[in-house]
Amino acid sequence: MKTKTIKTTAFKSLLGAGILGSSLLLASTAQAFTVITFGGASGEAIQNAYYIPFEKKTKAGLVPGDYNGELSRIRSMVETGNVSWDLVEVESPELARGCFEGMFEQLDWDKLGIKDQIIPEAVEECGVGTFVWSTVLAYDADKFKKAPESWQDFWNVKDFPGKRGLRRGAKFTLEFALFADGVSVDKVYDVLRTPEGVDRAFAKLDEISAHIQWWEAGAQPPQWLVSGDVVMSSSYNGRIAAAQEEGRNLAIAWKGSIYDLDYWAIVKGSKKRDLAYDFIRFASQPDTQAAYSSGFPYGPVNPAALPSLSPEQAARMPTNPKNMEGATAMDTDFWIDYGEELEQRFNAWASQL
Amino acid sequence: MTTMATQLIQSDSLNTSLKSQLHRAERLRKIKAVALIMPLVILLLMVFVAPISQMLWRSIDNTELRNEMPKTAELILRWDGQQLPSSEVLSTFAQELQRSRQGGGLGRIGRRLNYENPTFRGLLVRALRQLPSQASAADYEKALLGSDQAWSDPSTWQAIRRAASPTTDRYLLASLDLERSDDGQIQSIIEEQRVYLAVFKRTVIIAGSVTIICLLLGFPLAYLLATLPTSKSNLLLIFVLLPFWTSLLVRTASWIVLLQSGGLINSGLIELGFIEKPLELIFNRFGVLVAMVHILLPFMILPLYSVMKGISPNYRRAAISLGCHPFSAFWKVYAPQTVSGVAAGGLLVFIMALGYYITPALVGGPSDQMVSYYVAYYTNTTNNWGMAAALGGLLLIVTMMLYLVYHRLVNQKQLVRN
Repeated sequence: MKTKTIKTTAFKSLLGAGILGSSLLLASTAQAFTVITFGGASGEAIQNAYYIPFEKKTKAGLVPGDYNGELSRIRSMVETGNVSWDLVEVESPELARGCFEGMFEQLDWDKLGIKDQIIPEAVEECGVGTFVWSTVLAYDADKFKKAPESWQDFWNVKDFPGKRGLRRGAKFTLEFALFADGVSVDKVYDVLRTPEGVDRAFAKLDEISAHIQWWEAGAQPPQWLVSGDVVMSSSYNGRIAAAQEEGRNLAIAWKGSIYDLDYWAIVKGSKKRDLAYDFIRFASQPDTQAAYSSGFPYGPVNPAALPSLSPEQAARMPTNPKNMEGATAMDTDFWIDYGEELEQRFNAWASQL
Repeated sequence: MTTMATQLIQSDSLNTSLKSQLHRAERLRKIKAVALIMPLVILLLMVFVAPISQMLWRSIDNTELRNEMPKTAELILRWDGQQLPSSEVLSTFAQELQRSRQGGGLGRIGRRLNYENPTFRGLLVRALRQLPSQASAADYEKALLGSDQAWSDPSTWQAIRRAASPTTDRYLLASLDLERSDDGQIQSIIEEQRVYLAVFKRTVIIAGSVTIICLLLGFPLAYLLATLPTSKSNLLLIFVLLPFWTSLLVRTASWIVLLQSGGLINSGLIELGFIEKPLELIFNRFGVLVAMVHILLPFMILPLYSVMKGISPNYRRAAISLGCHPFSAFWKVYAPQTVSGVAAGGLLVFIMALGYYITPALVGGPSDQMVSYYVAYYTNTTNNWGMAAALGGLLLIVTMMLYLVYHRLVNQKQLVRN
């Protein structure tokens, strides 16, 4: 029995190696259409929602792969002219940087023809939104009779006693502090661009610094909420949704959440540009987007996908119009330009805690 | 006469041939010896000396702009820095800026100039949109100046000039909370941005506290291990070594499970009625010290144990038999013989603790992060390798200085003893 399992495993791994080898061979001859994502659970959802149906529909060979978001690999491909990746999933700061440096193709939105179907934030010079994720105020719904609704409530330690979690860093934290100080969501980056605005954000942070437990990794906020270390926290919505699916009574206040997108970008010099356009178009349809979002709790960029999700799933999506109210998109350009300076200021401030 | 002379010559030639033979044999031996250690030397050079020196070089390297815009760099270094640079500089800059977009060099230029002023990247983007594709130098200059007011401001060009020289001290200065003012004087940066001096101080304090706690805990344990019968001490030694076989991350994470406010210790104490509100045991300095001591303790115990194992109990017996109080015999006779073990363990723990990164990141608060946290931050998050190299280099210098001081102290102690 045992030997049999070993044999099957060995056979499976041999088979796997064979498939991997042949796919490498295919990639090296630049015949196949290569799509690179971040992998993991989201990558699995992408595989099921986009890759498999796309291959079935177009009969085109598709070679999937994953990476950790390092632009350097794409840069060396573009610089040496040996482009073996065609389409990549990138985060918004990398999209802005790569587009600025000419590493991604400038998109022809008329040719794509999906501009009016997807949310405006998904339309970029070099990228098409893949999905939307959000940084939200999450709380333990069992701890409060009256639920916190906004960042003002987060700062209100009298009516909502208990420790709070915030990300150890300037990004998101400064925006939330300004929301709590009464800055409206559409003005927040204008205020942060001024030195007075930054002072104002840090002064607001001073008010609750004694009640904050700072998190480093995205897995910590849901864990702390479940273990009772904190009563509310800033958190990535996907993490909270995953905890909710495990039956934890965590809730999200969407007002003042900051959302951001991952994008599809075509590597400059790709020989499969037309196929990449077809794939992007295919992956932006309501049915494929709904298939992805039901596989992983990130929001569709195509709002028409929402009705085909179950009501519980739709309620968790950052792109649900109800959740979009009072939310704002992260200003990638702002954080690329001012990120380092503000992170240093944050570290200096945090050192005195 | 002649025979004697021939003899002399013969013996002389015999002598020289013997000498040269000896020389040759000696040389061969030397070559063999060198050849034997060569692989190790090459390995060390390749994996240790070369990458470290290359990394340290990055802390003063300022060639990003020069590599992408060689002509501009040359021209702007000749500029006096008072009025707006000549139109030759402006048009060359504009042309080289446009060309840099093809090879991917634009990102490096943008990143380097952004260190001088965070608005630079936006300036470059706006300029690129305005620049003509094929035109005369004068058109380039006009388009550049037209794209933003800032290009008519000499301070913009001063920033470019600072980025054009082959080396820079900005990263090293920034790692000490210093900067150069516009007239080239070294000055402290504004108070809100000062952080690294405090971080260096904190790093040394945390590493020092961990070393002292490890010594206080490790010394009695090592003494126990060295004096117990072998069968028992071997068993205990396994308990000391056991944590070595567990991943550092697992050990750190298990402290989180134990110490967090809903964790085992707090809920246990509340259950037993000792406390009402959970104690704050983690995400602060206490948690960092506990987790680091736990991980580093074996590095203190093992050197101590090996030294103590070699100390004969007879010296102490002799001292006691001569009328010395047992405690004083321990302190005056036994303890001085363990100095080399204390020194080795202390140094090992201290230097390892200086570089700790993942443990404080996981169990510490924002005011418990050490230098390597910022090195990792600049390397991975912002890609500012100049800052990472400067911080790492300074940490290396601090470590070496402390090592020298320590070396002095220990050597003196041994001299006094001898």
